[in-house]
Amino acid sequence: MPTPYGPKADAGPPGLAAKLLGFCEELRGEGVAVGTSEMLDAFAALSEVGWTSRADFREALAATIAKSQDDRRVFELLFERYFFRTAEAEAVQRGVTEHAEGAPPAGEGERFDISELSEAIREAMMAGDEDRMRDLARLAIAAFGRAEGSGVVGVDVQRIRRTLGLTAGAQPPTADGGERPPIDREQLTGFERHLRRELERDLIERTETLPPSRPLAELDRALPTSPTQDLAAVHRAVSQMKRRLATLGHEQRGRKKGQMVDVRRTMRASLETGGVPLRLRYRPKRPRRPEIYVLCDVSTSVTSASVFFLSVLHALHDSFRKLRSFVFIERISEVTDVFEHERDFAAIAQKISSEGGVADVSGYTDYGRVWLEFLTEISEELDPRSTVIVLGDARTNGREPHAEVFAQIAERAGRLFWLNPEPKLYWNYGDSVMAAYERHCDGAFECWTTKHLENFVNVVAGAAPTPE
Amino acid sequence: MWEQREQRQGKIRHGSVIIIGAMADGSVAEVKEALAGVGYLADEPAALVSFLAQKLGKPVLVEGPAGVGKTELAKALSRATGRELVRLQCYEGLDEAKAMYEWNYRKQLLRIQAGGSQGDWDDIQDDIFSAEFLLERPLMQAIASPEPVVLLIDEIDKTDQEFEAMLLELLSDFQMTIPELGRIEATTMPIVVLTSNDSRELTEALKRRCLYLWLDYPNLEREMEIVRLHAPDISETLARKLVEVIGMIRALDLKKPPSIAESIDWARTLLLMGADDIDRETFTQSMSIIVKHRTDIDLVAERVGVKLADPLRAEG
Repeated sequence: MPTPYGPKADAGPPGLAAKLLGFCEELRGEGVAVGTSEMLDAFAALSEVGWTSRADFREALAATIAKSQDDRRVFELLFERYFFRTAEAEAVQRGVTEHAEGAPPAGEGERFDISELSEAIREAMMAGDEDRMRDLARLAIAAFGRAEGSGVVGVDVQRIRRTLGLTAGAQPPTADGGERPPIDREQLTGFERHLRRELERDLIERTETLPPSRPLAELDRALPTSPTQDLAAVHRAVSQMKRRLATLGHEQRGRKKGQMVDVRRTMRASLETGGVPLRLRYRPKRPRRPEIYVLCDVSTSVTSASVFFLSVLHALHDSFRKLRSFVFIERISEVTDVFEHERDFAAIAQKISSEGGVADVSGYTDYGRVWLEFLTEISEELDPRSTVIVLGDARTNGREPHAEVFAQIAERAGRLFWLNPEPKLYWNYGDSVMAAYERHCDGAFECWTTKHLENFVNVVAGAAPTPE
Repeated sequence: MWEQREQRQGKIRHGSVIIIGAMADGSVAEVKEALAGVGYLADEPAALVSFLAQKLGKPVLVEGPAGVGKTELAKALSRATGRELVRLQCYEGLDEAKAMYEWNYRKQLLRIQAGGSQGDWDDIQDDIFSAEFLLERPLMQAIASPEPVVLLIDEIDKTDQEFEAMLLELLSDFQMTIPELGRIEATTMPIVVLTSNDSRELTEALKRRCLYLWLDYPNLEREMEIVRLHAPDISETLARKLVEVIGMIRALDLKKPPSIAESIDWARTLLLMGADDIDRETFTQSMSIIVKHRTDIDLVAERVGVKLADPLRAEG
């Protein structure tokens, strides 16, 4: 699988270093930014901790390679898989099998009856004892896994679980009528993971081949908190945008006019003249931070795009301090607070839909009314250094578009951009009145992927109208 | 948090007794022990990263929810190593003059006026841009200190990205450039701990230079140990009950879940109240120690309070 960092390394020479490099390659393939400096750190860290302790080994790698919660999650998934596969591949290559030593096949020495075994497993699950769970999983497989195995790991796992009578939730009472604490879903999944692992190991041993590795399923790696995988990409594009907007169109004008004398610097400069403040020093004019107003359509016609738009908003809030955001359907509603007090994207999305305060009677957008409301609410604060960004499809549902009001907004604001989630081809068809609005915009762009967003950023940077 | 002697900014000298010559060339287990010796029960990852930070001489970026002991880790490191703690509390608008150094221009002025009559201009010129006229701020302090220190940069996510960029030279090379004086290199290797509440994504460049540690709320057993360490008089059953209730409260969707420090405060409060079990009455009375938001209080009372035994009914 080719990665952005070049073709994927082949298995390479044996040894830990090569295996680690291979592991980093896999991480890169999954989108974790592992740089050379991280790898050097990882090696340096490993020379300080013992390799024999699995926990230390993993934590040392994680501390140097995975630099965020998201990365850490991918790291955990890959770590398990990669080193399991690596160990098994090595075992196959060298022909090591677990029963080779003439040890009695498991399950022969001690005859477990099912209820005893499942009891022991319950205990191990309650105690969260990983080693014991693994041993018991092997025992369970040995006891009644192999003979009637279907060969499909997932099926076998469930079959063994059912045979043992293990379920999540409340547990049946013990034989002598005592109560047992309930087992929760996670504990059970933990045991199933051990079962699966041991079955896979078994299968590899029998067939002496490794199943093909495949990239992580999107669902596996998605953090429960980030519904869109694009979130990180959106954040990158927006932080790029921040740099562009911050330096654009803020050339210093009228240098001396209205400047403040900087007492501290003047005193400091006066040292050159023996403490007599001959030369006045002024406070430097810092380029002003751009003020941004974002209006985001969240009506049903843009449902598919609104998650994307909300993630754009989310990213914008991360980058800009002077940002006010609004969502609208029929009427407009400010959601700046929601973004400022919530960090978690899922929570934001939920809050906006539940208490965004969007008066949503018909579910149809009324652009004309939105402009009017926006103008009355904000008009005083709009000035030439403010940037307005509209995220919407310009479908008015046959209502009055009030393009003249929109023109007023455009006039007051320094710059006005429109991002439309529909392909340009569909603009002005049906009830879309994009043309009426587009005339007043400094730019209108189609935007439904992060690629488009980056494009928008580039165009804004390259072709932005310079003031004066 | 658990230490009362704390200043917002600047130096704290701990009368530490633990000598960790052993810690510097010890193992992970020894680091863990040393931290426990000064009242910080680190979990495996935290101990390992602290160990690596010393071994590799790299800064540590600690992230996690509020109140899991991020700042406390730095303080414990300082106590365990017997190093001085230099703390830089970050806030919006923090700049070089507050974080690194500033010329003491008043003193410079005085020097000029005092020496002006002799007229030895060259001397003055050399003099007023010397270290004597430099006001050291925390970062400078950490670099220039002759003794190795622990530098805590607290809540880095509160600052601007520009400030992060300024830190890069310090974090990667442990040096600082002052135009008039040139480059100042650290003579001793400080342990640098940065904490972040994850309120903003930090830049890649900063993360690249750091070891990463995610601290989360401890599990029941560990939290129980922590509580019993800091409130030694509490009985085991009460401590268990307490951390279980805290766990239940954290599982709710609260504005501000209770921190570890608040668990400890609550344990101490219960001791003062002379309670030997957490029933509904003691819970309602002391709830304000752990839940500090109007809406949270209602939610907790509704969801957790009712699960506790009702003392009146139990007697009747």
